[in-house]
Order: sequence, then C-alpha cells, then structure tokens
Amino acid sequence: MARLTIPAIELMSSGHSACPGCGAPLVMRYLLKGLGPNTIVTVPACCWTVIATPFPTTALDVPMLDNAFEATGASISGLRAAADMLGLKDVTIVGFAGDGGTVDIGLQALSGMLERRTDGIYVMYDNEAYMNTGVQRSGATPEGAWTTTTPVDAVSRGKAEQKKDIMAIVAAHRPAYAATVNVAFPEDFVKKVEKARSIHGPRFIHALAPCPPGWRYSSEKTIEIGRLATDTNVFPLYEIEDGKYRITRKLGKAKPVAEYLKAQGRFGHLNEAEIAEIQAQVDANWKRLVTLETLP
Amino acid sequence: MVELVISGNYAQSYAAKLARVQVVSAYPITPQTSIVEKIAEFVASGELPAQYIKVESEHSAMQACISASALGARTYTATSSQGLLLMHELLHWASGARTPVVMGVVNRAVAPPWSIWTDHGDTISQRDTGWITFYGESNQEVLDTTLMAFRLAEHPDVRLPVMVTEDAFYLSHTVEPVDIPTQAQVDEFLPPRDLQFTLQPGTPTRLGSFVGPDLYMEFRHKIARAMERSRRVFLEIEEDYRRITGRSHGGLLPTYRTEGADTVLITMGTATTTAKGVVEELRERGKKVGLAKLRAFRPFPVEELRELASTVDRIGILDRSFTFGAAGSAYTEVAGALYPTPHRPLLRDFVAGLGGRDITPLTIHEIFTELLAGKGGEVTWTGLKTRKEVA
Repeated sequence: MARLTIPAIELMSSGHSACPGCGAPLVMRYLLKGLGPNTIVTVPACCWTVIATPFPTTALDVPMLDNAFEATGASISGLRAAADMLGLKDVTIVGFAGDGGTVDIGLQALSGMLERRTDGIYVMYDNEAYMNTGVQRSGATPEGAWTTTTPVDAVSRGKAEQKKDIMAIVAAHRPAYAATVNVAFPEDFVKKVEKARSIHGPRFIHALAPCPPGWRYSSEKTIEIGRLATDTNVFPLYEIEDGKYRITRKLGKAKPVAEYLKAQGRFGHLNEAEIAEIQAQVDANWKRLVTLETLP
Repeated sequence: MVELVISGNYAQSYAAKLARVQVVSAYPITPQTSIVEKIAEFVASGELPAQYIKVESEHSAMQACISASALGARTYTATSSQGLLLMHELLHWASGARTPVVMGVVNRAVAPPWSIWTDHGDTISQRDTGWITFYGESNQEVLDTTLMAFRLAEHPDVRLPVMVTEDAFYLSHTVEPVDIPTQAQVDEFLPPRDLQFTLQPGTPTRLGSFVGPDLYMEFRHKIARAMERSRRVFLEIEEDYRRITGRSHGGLLPTYRTEGADTVLITMGTATTTAKGVVEELRERGKKVGLAKLRAFRPFPVEELRELASTVDRIGILDRSFTFGAAGSAYTEVAGALYPTPHRPLLRDFVAGLGGRDITPLTIHEIFTELLAGKGGEVTWTGLKTRKEVA
C-alpha cells in the first residue's frame, strides 16, 4: 500500500463560504495539515475574512484573529511576543493574507516582520487581484490580465505592468525560509509547510490560489489551471533556505505559456504578439531562477 | 515608596515597568521618544522582563499591541501627534476587539505647518474611537493614572483600551518630584491579567470576525455600555489606589475652589495648574470663581458637570484645539451635556494655547475678565495675534 504523504488531520471544516472551485480554502487546508493543531492564524481583510464564516461560527479548528488589512506582519510579531511571554513556546504563529494585503498595502508590515526576524510564518495566498472586492488589479496581477480596473477596450489591453516579484523582495530580507507552493501540487505544498514548521525565524510562503470568477474559467478547472501555471513556468515551484535556491519541480521542457493563458477568460483578448511577449518574459524569469539555483 | 525627580515621559515609563507590562511595541516620535527609550533601558537591563517589538510604524505598533493583547499579554505603547493619527484605524480596532491596550500619548500639534508643541488636536480627534481617555496635569498624575489605566482597561466590566495623555514639553520634558509606589504596592493594586476572552491555542475561536446588519448594532451597544460602566469602575479603582498609595486625583472631573462659585472655568491638562493660581488671586479679590478639570474626556463626565453647573451662572471652557466648522470640542461636549438640564448657565468657549503658545496667568485673567462680564461672542480665540503683529 502506498504511504500517505498528505497528513490525514483536517483543521479546516467543509462548511466554509468560499466560491465553488476557489483555491484559497485549499491553501488553508494544506497549510494546516502541515502545521498541525498548535497553530494560531491571523488574517487581514481578504477573501478568507468571509470564507471563515461569520460570527459566531468559524471554519477553522485553530484560533483565528482578524487584523487590519495592512498590518499582518505586525500582528504576527505581536502574537509571537505574547506567546513567548506567556510560555506558549511551541505554538506556530501564521499570518494568512491575500496578494493585495501583502504585495501592496501590507508590504511595509511584512518587511518589518522579516527584518525583525520574527519567529513566524507569513503565507500569501495569491489569486492575483483584489478578489474579495470584485476583481480589481493588484501589484500581483500579471501583465495582460483583464480586471475591473484594467479593462480591455479601445485604448486598454488589461494590466500594463508586470507582476510584482514578492519572492525577490522577501529574499532580499534573508528570511529563514521562503517557498512557492501551488494548490495543484499538494505533496510539494505540504512538504514545504512541514519544513517551514521545523525551522525558526521569519518564514514566507507564496501560494498560488486560482480564482474561477476572477480568472474567468469554469470552477472545476482550478487544479488543471494550477498545474498549467507551474508546468508552463509561469509559477515555478522553488524554495529558498538560508539563501540557497532550490527548484522543486523541473520539467525537461515546459509547456507553452499560451496553453495557460488560453484556458482563462482574463487573458482571452491577448493576440499572438502579446502572448509571445509574455512567453519571452516567462522564459527570462525562468532562466534567472535557474541561475539563482546555481549560486552557492 | 521613593521620590524621583522625573519627566512626565519617565513617569509613563516607570508606570509601565511597575505594571509589569509583557509586550511593548513602539515607534519613535518627538516628544514621545524618551518614554520608549527608558522602557528599552528597563528591558535591556533585565529590570523589566518584557518583549519589546521595535516596529516600523505606529500603525504596526498598535496592531502588534492588539494582537499580543488578544493572546492575553499586558501591552503598552506610546505615541504623539502624527503617529497617533496614523494609528487611527487601529484605535477603532483595539476597542472593537475589546483588547485592553494601554497607551501613553504626548499631546502635540498636527502638521502642517510642522509643530512639535502642545496642542490637543491630535488626541481630541480620536475621541470617537472607543478609547477611555485621560488628560494629565502633573507628572505624578500621569504615573498614577497610567497604573490605574491598566486595571481599568482589564476590568471585566470594561475591557476597553485606555490612553493617558500629557502635554508636550510642559510635562513630557519637565522634571518634577514624583512619588514612585513600591512594586509590592503596585502588585497589590494590579493583579496579572485574567485570560478570559483571549485566544487559546487548541481552541477554535475567532476574535474579530464579521457580522451582518443583524448583529453589528449589538456589538456597538456592548462597547457603549462598557464605557458607561467605566465611570463607576474608575472611581472604585481610584479609591483602591488611594487606599494603597495614599494618593487620589479626584475622579473624572476634579474641581478647585468651586464652593459658592458663580463662575467656573473648565480646563484640560497643564493649563489647569496655571488657572488654579489665577483662581486663587481672583478669590482673594472677592470674585466667586472656581475651576473644574476635564481629567477624563472619554467617558465624558456628564453627571459631574451637571451637578457643578446646577449652582453656577457662567461657565468658560478653555479649548486647546479647534474643530473647524464648529467650536472647541470641550465646549461642544459641555454644551451638549448641559442642554437637557433645567438650569443652563451662560457658556463661553475660549480657544487658546494652540501649537504650544503659552497659556500664562495673563491669558487666564483675560478669559475670566470676558467671562465675568458675560459679553463677547460664543467662541473667542484668546491671544490671537493681529495681522500687524504677525507681519
């Protein structure tokens, strides 16, 4: 019999209120499987504010603290300090924020938490736009994507700018551990979370969380699109441990980016030239990552 | 008990240490800095076993305090002016989450133009955030009130954050003799926090959460009731403090020479001491004047004011800030408190001392002269320079 690599423990109940096919509950579910019950989660304004269900209910079997939109990093530091003073040494403190709450409004507090070497884990679940408010572009929205604030019309072709490289920003703070994970690769996901749990110091996890209404695809395709994101090198899986990069999924030859783009309505307007441009950018990013991996 | 000659800022630091705060989270701003520098020294020397989080902004300072408090730690921070304004969102958060954070605030003017001097505009503009708010008159009062603030904030009938303010430089950087209670006295007065309604690892609870229109009003009403209860609780706490240390500062609205007074001036913070001297002089000249100090702005001492107003003819209010498009906030609050009473004395608002302009005995004399004459407009900017004087 094959050994189960995903822990059986469930610390998130199915009675949550996410949209059908949402990637965000999967991020929470795999995260808590890897971290176990001695965990406290602090969550800013984001889809999970709603997914966790309203007062007096909760979808989590661990304590959850709501914090201000831009302050997740500070909340992690506060919880850690209190836990240390109250003798709760073994508890894992986790901040769980969306991409807007991390790469835009929450960047300062994240930077502060990393610089202070807070012993905690910051998880950014990335659905690549402000989805809870109804699909407005964030710094994490990829180039070319349609959102409600980057419409496609006579003089607008979706988001004009590239996705902010949060992993590079985090890496510049020399975290104890940082990794990208994808809900379409749960074994890799849980393994990285378990590794993160075993390390002390500031840790960061960048989790891809496909969003059916925001990315404009049918809700049963979340895992399929998640796999394409990694297998086209749009969202490579890698980790940074003590400054050392390691790519955790490598294909002999990546699939063309067009396969990923054409599966989603938000990219439906892109022409061949625009797709080629994105392909070139993805290739360049991948090449850079492969080079980083060779560094000692 | 020992007597130390210390600044208002150090009075805050010593109070935090005596309260055995567990988590301090702060960001520097003039003139608050020496509060958190002193606490850093206490932590560095091992005198205060606490976690000191050196955050990257006041916004993060308050979030870290709220989160630490949510887990059950006794928390303290301090700020001033722009820093307090940056915290504004989190001030609402602290009261909404019912986290008993205690904060020292040095009252300082708001920019632009830049000014680091005394002004109540920073704290007055936080009056609707659900914080219990005290204005200190002396360094001793600042220390004592800060100790009371922890017990008040953590009281099961209250569970609200408390800020203790002191005027920039007049207190923050001026040294006065301050009696420091012993650790044993403070320990008797202030027991460790109880951990009811805090996050417990292993227990599925959510603190904060979200609600629909069916419940939000009830959450707000609970805060309103807690704030009402804090009036009684504070008086009980201050009485207990007096029992242990022998000191009390007269509740929410301390009065001075109001016996038989027909005219009363209401002050806040350090201008009170100056005004007391003038009241004394005027009394010697046979004027029936007195003084009341808004020690607490939240909860606003409505009943105390009504009782005071029932026997006087004129009340002047000295406002060290101004609400544009209305009047000074202390004035509008006093007017609001007194309107439903049968005996409504004449009210006059005197706006003075903004941005650190000294409120001297002459300023107070000028105010009393106008007030006693009962003439002039509803709102007067006392000590305002003419165009010629400015040029």
